[in-house]
Amino acid sequence: MLDAVFFWAFALVVVAGALGTVTFRNPVHCAAALTASLIGVAGIFLLEGAEFLSVAQVIVYVGGIMVLFLFVIMLVNVGRAEQEHRFSHNAKLATAVSLGAGGFILYLLFSRPLQFAPINQAPSIVQGNTEQIGNALFTTYLLPFEIASVLLLAALIGSVVLARKRAEA
Amino acid sequence: MITSVHYVALSAVLLVIGTAGILTRRNLVVLLMSVELVLNAVNINLVTFGRHLHSDSGQIFALFVIADAVAEAAVGLALLIALFRNRQTVLADEVDSLRW
Repeated sequence: MLDAVFFWAFALVVVAGALGTVTFRNPVHCAAALTASLIGVAGIFLLEGAEFLSVAQVIVYVGGIMVLFLFVIMLVNVGRAEQEHRFSHNAKLATAVSLGAGGFILYLLFSRPLQFAPINQAPSIVQGNTEQIGNALFTTYLLPFEIASVLLLAALIGSVVLARKRAEA
Repeated sequence: MITSVHYVALSAVLLVIGTAGILTRRNLVVLLMSVELVLNAVNINLVTFGRHLHSDSGQIFALFVIADAVAEAAVGLALLIALFRNRQTVLADEVDSLRW
């Protein structure tokens, strides 16, 4: 029962924040709405028993990515005249297509039950969620983990090079 | 009773809103924010199916998606700053030099 209350509350925050992100005129307001939506997603993770992921979501997204977004919004300040037309000229068609695709997904989802049953295996409650993730990350998924760190290094260097001022000017 | 279907449906709704944002908005900063929405929809899906199948892999993959989202946001925003420095615009339909 309490589960349902929290699910609908978080789902409301997620969807309302997402709608605000897509529709608000001022990019700063969009960023605030996106922050609300991301915190709602963190709550959803918490409901699903993914505590580590929930905390990582708050730290990485709200603490890192959103600050980066706000910095860039301040740097590239668009004029008020450019904010008048915030949607592209084919917005109606694009909205119709995405709504149609979404309706199709929901139809497929609700028209029949999920085709695969849960695997009969007791969830390991002896270990905490964080310990479980750490074990999996450093044993089974060690190679993808290292590749992810190389990817982050490449993104770090790449973004510094891209955003740097050109010297020859 | 909240089942896995509810979570997947929430994920689908978030995906649709993000896709609509990517397709309709002109401001490239908001476009990148919509990409984050789509990635979060994917994360909800991964965690839900990981729980549905009693597997750790869903949460591990969601973690990797978060790492990818960070890399994507950093490079995307750096490109945006370079674009603004050269063209003084962040509107997607004014950057169509490659389009005939």
